[in-house]
Amino acid sequence: MVVRLGSIEIEFRKRGTRPRYLAYLVPFVAVVVALLVGSVVLVSAGVDPLTAYLALFNTAFGNSYSLSETIVKAIPLMLAAMGTAITFLAGFWNIGAEGQLQIGALAATWATLTFSGAPAFVIIPWTMLVTFVAGGAWGMIPAFFKVKLGADEILTTLMMNYVAILAVFYFVYGPWRDPAAYGNPRTPLLPESARIPAILGTRIHLTLFVALGIAVLLYWLLTRTKFGLEIRIIGGNKDAAKYAGINVFKNLLLVTLIGGGIAALAGMGEVAGLHYTLPKGISPGYGYTAVVVAWLARLNPVAIPASAFLFGGLLNGGYGIQMVFAVPIALVNAIQALVLFFVLALSIFYEYNIVVRRRR
Amino acid sequence: MGPRRIVLYINRNPSSTRRKVSELQETESAAAVVQMKGITKTFPGVLANDHVDFDIRSGEIHALLGENGAGKTTLMNILYGLYQPEEGEIYVDGRRVIINSPKDAINLGIGMVHQLFRLIPSLTVTENIVLGLRSSRRPFLDLDVAEKKLTDLSDRYGLKVDPKAKLWQLSVGEQQRVEILKALYRGAKVLIMDEPTSVLTPQEVNELMVIMKKMAAEGLAVIPFVTHKLREVMAISDRITVMRRGKVVATIQTKTTNERDLAMKMVGRMVLMETETVKVPSERAILELERLRAINDKGLLALEDVSLSIRQGEILGIAGVAGNGQTELAEVITGLRKATGGRILINGKDITNRSTREIMEAGIGHVPEKRVETGVVPDLNVRENLILTSYDDPSLSSRFLLERASIDRHVDKLIADFGIMTPSKDSQVRLLSGGNLQRLILAREVTRKNLSALVTVYPTRGLDVGATEFIRNTLVSLKKKGVAILLISEDLDEILSLSDRIAVVFKGRIMGVLSASEAKIDEIGLMMAGAVKAE
Repeated sequence: MVVRLGSIEIEFRKRGTRPRYLAYLVPFVAVVVALLVGSVVLVSAGVDPLTAYLALFNTAFGNSYSLSETIVKAIPLMLAAMGTAITFLAGFWNIGAEGQLQIGALAATWATLTFSGAPAFVIIPWTMLVTFVAGGAWGMIPAFFKVKLGADEILTTLMMNYVAILAVFYFVYGPWRDPAAYGNPRTPLLPESARIPAILGTRIHLTLFVALGIAVLLYWLLTRTKFGLEIRIIGGNKDAAKYAGINVFKNLLLVTLIGGGIAALAGMGEVAGLHYTLPKGISPGYGYTAVVVAWLARLNPVAIPASAFLFGGLLNGGYGIQMVFAVPIALVNAIQALVLFFVLALSIFYEYNIVVRRRR
Repeated sequence: MGPRRIVLYINRNPSSTRRKVSELQETESAAAVVQMKGITKTFPGVLANDHVDFDIRSGEIHALLGENGAGKTTLMNILYGLYQPEEGEIYVDGRRVIINSPKDAINLGIGMVHQLFRLIPSLTVTENIVLGLRSSRRPFLDLDVAEKKLTDLSDRYGLKVDPKAKLWQLSVGEQQRVEILKALYRGAKVLIMDEPTSVLTPQEVNELMVIMKKMAAEGLAVIPFVTHKLREVMAISDRITVMRRGKVVATIQTKTTNERDLAMKMVGRMVLMETETVKVPSERAILELERLRAINDKGLLALEDVSLSIRQGEILGIAGVAGNGQTELAEVITGLRKATGGRILINGKDITNRSTREIMEAGIGHVPEKRVETGVVPDLNVRENLILTSYDDPSLSSRFLLERASIDRHVDKLIADFGIMTPSKDSQVRLLSGGNLQRLILAREVTRKNLSALVTVYPTRGLDVGATEFIRNTLVSLKKKGVAILLISEDLDEILSLSDRIAVVFKGRIMGVLSASEAKIDEIGLMMAGAVKAE
């Protein structure tokens, strides 16, 4: 295809092979371009972009405290992104990680409330199991309706997020509200035994290692097992999957169960590892940012921790700019959106070589 | 250098093109309507057109012949303005032109009849034809005027079609006439026809040939481009240009050549036109269909009481115009579509409406109609695609895990045995050519464990002569091993040369089953058009 702009011709040539370095170059360039375009947004808000980005970088990665806080933000992003990525790989456009996270937080709270007397080695695994199953069940619902009724999963997963968020509201304002917390709507503090330990001197809870373990496990599952192959076949070409005799329904239910379960663990981490309570507004939209995190990592589970770390920094740094320059947090959200935009837009380089020349 | 100012020369006087053929033959110096000189066009890694010269005169049928990938489609797309050449010049009526879009081409009097018709079923013939044109009575339609002009055109060229009929009521042959009329209505004096006979019954092919001759006699220039139907090319054309690997091999007067010579020029070597046929006598029925019924995606009856039996080592060909139930037949047998009645037996075991996986395990292989859409996962690599339907086999995987070492060994063997050209087994299959893709699918399907029947749909469609030969030979060697093969094809020559028996399908019914040795092409043609077999 050739596009003509005045005397310049731009030709899109289909690539014969896909060079490996592109997998690193494209996301990197996308982030750089997003920051460049983002600086236009910052200028229009009356902020000098260079100082702003410097402040952002300092708040995100500048010292050991900011680094640790960035990792704290990266934990839920990582889990939610992995839960999202595995369903995307199966061609299921699930943007329900936010709701699954909320349901996970709710389930984790319930599990600790019901088992509050038990020792840590009982209550924490129990909470994980309850959380995983609850988030997984929640995540499977849209898959069921997709296969049985053809309901578009983008809409159903998105709508179910609101249901989940409002369900949390109901419990923290209603039956589970801690009367001792006065104006602060939250549940009573978790018993000591139900809390996930943190690395000494930081707020980095051990959910981090669970998340890293899941990354490796997912990678193994996707590349080494029959289930993983089936998932990628379904995601690559649903008709070929049917032709190959793969049970698409069963596999979609399974993959949304796993994806929902993993995303729900993010909610458990926030409740049991960070806040030690279920507050109103447990997530500032981790589940949505997770979509961007997953795409930036090209849906590769082992690349997600790095991409989550970057976005944790962006979130954290965003608070920095917000405080220093008194600009709304929406500006930082805009930059996030720009990253997704450019990751997707620049994906064209995976398929095409672009040649620009003067017209003959 | 600033942008070049482009001047298009537009012929607004159609009468000047209506020269008599006799005049043309008398004046040997008759100028070409279209002349393409030194056309060069590259795609990544492919020199699609390498300094190609091509010309056509009024009143001439000049066929463009070549295998898939020879560059004939590229050349015609350049003439029709879909691609721009990197080098070379195009002259229309002796004037240099630059054709930037199909609109420019149409203004220059160049029309294209596509292989897949671009018509709207719910509109009438006239409506389809004026679609997109400026009406003389804007904002109202001038259907009466259009209909008058249309009737004139169809009378002059013998293109019989009812202007008031809705498109969906027309046969494929009639729809093609509408496509031709559409081009003529827009003032085409040069008509490019993309594989014009590929969707027609033998009778319709004959009618089309009469029409093409008539158009040429009326002074039009006609360029049919054709992949393998050499017999038709010989019967219809005045001149033939043969292309191979982006170059023109020869431009010849049809009178001075023959089919064998053309095939050799196309492929660059001697070609065995006949595939070896082997009789494997066996009475044992492997795949049996009993009064099978099914509905299509529109909810209409697609298969009506289809009963067939394929014996061990037998190839049963299904002949028919595309869209008469062939697709549904293959889908029902392989479990991709539910049967609404009847039974399917494999080795005596009832597999009607079982899951695809169970049917595969019962011993049925499937080379699907749509290679890219259903046969492979384009983004996955060659290794993964080669085990797409066999990864569950105990030799390649345990209960849960893929056995990487044995998969690699299996895949390496298939790549070598079937000559699949790929940079490595880690390359994405989207990068493979059509012939290699089909080799991959065939390799996978015919090497499946306990294969006793193979359903193969349009196995050589769109493939070059080399790949076609390979695939046909593979089918024959499979037959020798005793596999029962259901061969669905639109290529009658293929069916005739490979099959032991031929079943003709029309509107979802089997019109009759003929023995290949006794079948006559005319008889098959009539049955394809709905005539019941004469007993």
